[in-house]
Amino acid sequence: MYLYSLSLQRATGIVCATYGNFIGGKTQEIVVARGKVLDILRPDDNGKLQTLLSVEVFGAIRSLVQFRLTGSQKDYIVVGSDSGRIVILEYNREKNTLEKVHQETFGKSGCRRIVPGQYLAVDPKGRAVMIGACEKQKLVYVLNRDNAARLTISSPLEAHKSHTIVYSITGVDCGFDNPIFAAIELDYSEADQDSTGQAAAEAQKHLTFYELDLGLNHVVRKWTEPIDNGANLLVTVPGGGDGPSGVLVCAENFVIYKNQNRPDVRAVIPRRTDLPAERGVLIVSAATHKQKNMFFFLLQTEYGDIFKVTLDYDSNDQVTELKIRYFDTIPVTSAMCVLKSGFLFAASEFGNHALYQFQGIGHESDVESSSSTLMETEEGFQPVFFQPRKLKNLVQIDEIESLMPIMDMKVANLFEEETPQLFALCGKGPQSSLRILRPGLAVTEMAVSQLPGVPSAVWTVKRSVNDEFDAYIVVSFVNATLVLSIGETVEEVSDSGFLDTTPSLAVSLLGEDSLMQVHPNGIRHIRADGRINEWKTPGKKTIVRVGCNRMQVVIALSGGELIYFEMDMTGQLMEIEKREMSGDVACLDIAPVPEGRQRSRFLAVGSYDSTIRILSLDPDDCMQILSMQAVSSPPESLLLLEVQASTGGEDGADHPASVFLSAGLQNGVLLRTEVDMVTGSLSDTRTRFLGLRAPKLFSALVRGRRAMLCLSSRPWLGYIHQGHFLLTPLSYETLEYAASFSSDQCAEGVVAVAGDALRVFTIERLGETFNQTVMPLRYTPRKFILHPKNKTLVILESDMGSLTTEERDANKKEAIEAAGGAENGKMYVDDQENGEGEENDDPLPDAQYGYPKSVSTKWVSCIRVLDPKSAETTCLLELQDNEAALSVCTVTFHDKELGTVLAVGTSKDLKFWPRKESTGGFIHIYRFLNEGKTLELVHKTPVDGVPTALCPFQGRLLVGVGQVLRIYDLGKRKLLRKCENKNFPNTIIAIHTYGDRIYVGDLQESFHYVKYRRDENQLYTFADDSCPRWLTASLHIDFDTMAGADKFGNVYFMRLPQDVSEEIEDDPTGGKIKWEQGRLNGAPNKVEEIIQFHVGEVVTSLQKASLIPGGGECVLYGTVMGSVGALLPFASREDVDFFSHLEMHLRQENPPLCGRDHMAFRSAYFPVKDVIDGDLCEQYPTLSADLQRKIADELDRTPGEILKKLEDIRNRII
Amino acid sequence: MQASDRFNINSQLEHLQAKYVGTGHADLNRFEWAVNIQRDSYASYIGHYPLLSLFAIAENESIGRERYNFMQKMLLPCGLPPEREED
Repeated sequence: MYLYSLSLQRATGIVCATYGNFIGGKTQEIVVARGKVLDILRPDDNGKLQTLLSVEVFGAIRSLVQFRLTGSQKDYIVVGSDSGRIVILEYNREKNTLEKVHQETFGKSGCRRIVPGQYLAVDPKGRAVMIGACEKQKLVYVLNRDNAARLTISSPLEAHKSHTIVYSITGVDCGFDNPIFAAIELDYSEADQDSTGQAAAEAQKHLTFYELDLGLNHVVRKWTEPIDNGANLLVTVPGGGDGPSGVLVCAENFVIYKNQNRPDVRAVIPRRTDLPAERGVLIVSAATHKQKNMFFFLLQTEYGDIFKVTLDYDSNDQVTELKIRYFDTIPVTSAMCVLKSGFLFAASEFGNHALYQFQGIGHESDVESSSSTLMETEEGFQPVFFQPRKLKNLVQIDEIESLMPIMDMKVANLFEEETPQLFALCGKGPQSSLRILRPGLAVTEMAVSQLPGVPSAVWTVKRSVNDEFDAYIVVSFVNATLVLSIGETVEEVSDSGFLDTTPSLAVSLLGEDSLMQVHPNGIRHIRADGRINEWKTPGKKTIVRVGCNRMQVVIALSGGELIYFEMDMTGQLMEIEKREMSGDVACLDIAPVPEGRQRSRFLAVGSYDSTIRILSLDPDDCMQILSMQAVSSPPESLLLLEVQASTGGEDGADHPASVFLSAGLQNGVLLRTEVDMVTGSLSDTRTRFLGLRAPKLFSALVRGRRAMLCLSSRPWLGYIHQGHFLLTPLSYETLEYAASFSSDQCAEGVVAVAGDALRVFTIERLGETFNQTVMPLRYTPRKFILHPKNKTLVILESDMGSLTTEERDANKKEAIEAAGGAENGKMYVDDQENGEGEENDDPLPDAQYGYPKSVSTKWVSCIRVLDPKSAETTCLLELQDNEAALSVCTVTFHDKELGTVLAVGTSKDLKFWPRKESTGGFIHIYRFLNEGKTLELVHKTPVDGVPTALCPFQGRLLVGVGQVLRIYDLGKRKLLRKCENKNFPNTIIAIHTYGDRIYVGDLQESFHYVKYRRDENQLYTFADDSCPRWLTASLHIDFDTMAGADKFGNVYFMRLPQDVSEEIEDDPTGGKIKWEQGRLNGAPNKVEEIIQFHVGEVVTSLQKASLIPGGGECVLYGTVMGSVGALLPFASREDVDFFSHLEMHLRQENPPLCGRDHMAFRSAYFPVKDVIDGDLCEQYPTLSADLQRKIADELDRTPGEILKKLEDIRNRII
Repeated sequence: MQASDRFNINSQLEHLQAKYVGTGHADLNRFEWAVNIQRDSYASYIGHYPLLSLFAIAENESIGRERYNFMQKMLLPCGLPPEREED
């Protein structure tokens, strides 16, 4: 078996981010690392974040910084990754690519302890960069420019210190003096030797300044001083004329200003009033805002509160006071960026990222802690308390959806749509949600209006070529035409000159400023001055089909006669040529007039005899057939589309434009055929089944380019995105006819008719594979099941260290009342003013502020039954007494008295540290009531451990409790033990069954194949894996094969050898299995690994599904970083050969951007086996044309064929 | 010291031990070995963000806090060292 791996949704979580002027203009862009993907984002004029570029780098990005050479206009990006290399990137706007400027190797690859890559710091003047590891190694590279103003990088200078752990590094702003880097260091050498523990207790963190002497080209430890032992993060303080220089040391509970030869200035970080006393407050992310004469810092704590830190300093740059003022509270971020345009980009750790706009920069009334009011008592420093409140300084203006983390995912067609839906449990704590993902683009409906009949067609038309917006919407009915004018409102008009007593076949703008209406009996040409020219059809013939652009019109009469008109210099429509076709014409199309030309050269004609012809419209060979294509079914609709994939600019790579003829056939297939620009010959056909109805094709505008709208049983959009042509379904209902629509309110929309309604909508978030429907949940979701019969979901949610709902509600009430008291009276008044009329509005939504922390041994948990159709929770059971629900399944017991019941495994008093233990667990059995909408507890069975896996098995229940696999049967009062096997290595976390065979997944040791012998009532392990795998997800593939994923980001398939499998099944007495002994406590037989692939993110769920109607099944996976990928088995050996060669060439010609070797990355833990990386193959279209041709030549193909292959295989998955 | 000493196995080992933290030697005791493994593991957890976020979800902490906790644990990953035998 060979698999093709393809990411369907790239990672949505963000590891780190930086911002700067990467394009080189005034705008600021944000670079975010999403694990193995590097994205460039930019807020557009409307404050929506747009993705400029997204590159897969095949490596783990760990840190990012940006720097600028003095006097330059453009920033560079430095990437620290697991490649053992430092990489400097530059954004190329013309090609829309990131280019590697420098790549310097310094160590081994992988995320290792002493190999730099974890930390990056730059000198604020862009003269040097330091790259550091968790321990010991730090390297400094000097950056400069050569005579041609190119960036140069020096050989590395070492700033190592052995036996030292590094917490954070940063560059110190010291103007144009020698660059200085600061680091928080902790020396462990003595603690390792001293058995009394005294040295460990006295271990002291130090702040060390490393100076790079540019003259001597040497790094020295300049200064080192002990600092608070809770220190974890350094923030640069502006210097060199802009500020006092030095660093802010963020420590647990404190922020301390430090600089050489200056006294420390310390202030305490305010605490939430409800925070348990033993918990500290840690700063997890920081942002600096600097403008002329002013700077401040925003520091965010681990609870989400943002504080604004300001420094007072005198003329000697002596800091006199450090103030920390409460600013606002937003979900915890992994990075924050303050943009010059007044935006705050917040990259959330979990859940959606957001873009905020500053409304203010701090209020006097908010709680402030200052170094001058710091009180030291016998128990330490006196804390300052505050209460979080609504956003005052920030207002959210955009959101980027993030699936991180996907905790569980299932694929099913619960809504009975054409394609199945993906149900994903996402998020953590209060940001938890169930997200229903549907392949396709999301659509925003702008307007729906009823029409006085059932319309058959709709067009939009401008009044003049130079108009920005459309003037009329023209709707055709069976026997009439309705004209609507677009203005402030859309209303019916009768003075447009259009004939309204007849249906229309086409309406368009002709020439500069005249309009044309084609109706069955003629062509009506309405000049700008109101004159009307009418052309009537000869005899009793009627017009059946029309193709037109701004200068040319072709009509097909009944009987198969084609008449070609062209606009002459005077603006008259002149008949040029006629041609008799062999039969009736099914459809025709003319491409728009190319820029700077008189006419378009090709006419495409589809006939009912299942042929498509290309006719010339050149005066030399007018109406001559240039080429012909026979197709499988009569064409219904044709569209000539120029695909600029692309001529540079923001959206693609270097490619010549090519014209594609798209044809929607009556059998629901869409054909895309390349048309030779010179000869008109047709080649390279791509087919795709779109739906049960014949696709009708329309052109639409997407980001200023022509795109294709295909209306089959659901609408599709064909457009170019980052160099790829994508054909994606829209999540919208079936449409009859559509036209592009542009008005004041909606620049790029679509107007369509369906039934008796006129609909206007826009398409957003282009480039995304899935669109989401979000339903919030209460706690971190753990597992869920789909009840296929009732079409409901049963979701388990549990959180450690949280308060129960009642306690939380009580606390909140108290807090709000307290806030209304004397202390914060002002705020209360504010709220009253704003809050009138929205009294039900939660003043402190948990999703924003997070749940209050409790002691870590406390658990809260609930079982939820959710109806996905109505998005309604029909039943929610909160578990009591510190129980946490961890496993779930439905089971139908032998005595069918209860029918199908729900089994839920819970733990009691579970804790992980110092070692994992619990005081037991329970198995709850629930009965479904009200058609599965509610649950009723039948009984609760105590067990001696935590039941971490449940599975129905032959009318009984299989339970994994720690190392024990047990079979339970249903009793009246509780479950009854029937049989058990205690010999599993660690903890059973997954059970699958098939016939008599049981597949048990262990937490640390992969799969065990178990056989149940009914006559002896015993369970035997007969085969296991030879590798210790830390299993995170499992999937049963077939009788002998299992798929699994491990904690380190690998996906693998394993199969029991055929002969062993037969032997086991054929053994009539079972004696062999029973007495056979394995070696070293293992099972007698070993499974073979048949597939191995490193995804690079922890895979949390595996599913088998087919995302396209009639398509083959593939394995889908969801990861903790919020990405969704697919593994598709190859159908033929030729494809395997082709793609493995393509992959090989791409590995050589297109090495990954951040310096990690592709093959090494995919083999990070185990050598990759029989999987071809589709993500690498899909980088082929982004290569330069020369390189594409070179690779194509080596494969004996043309670049077009390779692109077609890539498109084909993607279409087999989604 | 002769020139050939530079290339003998002992000096090569010493060089390796100086350059790569955690390179073992013949007299390595159980505790030292375990400390090394633990520090390597913690460094790996910190370096691999998906793994770090998995821990953060399990413990219901923020990723930043989890990273800090792991860094702190690198100081004494296996508790106090055993007492040295006098020899």
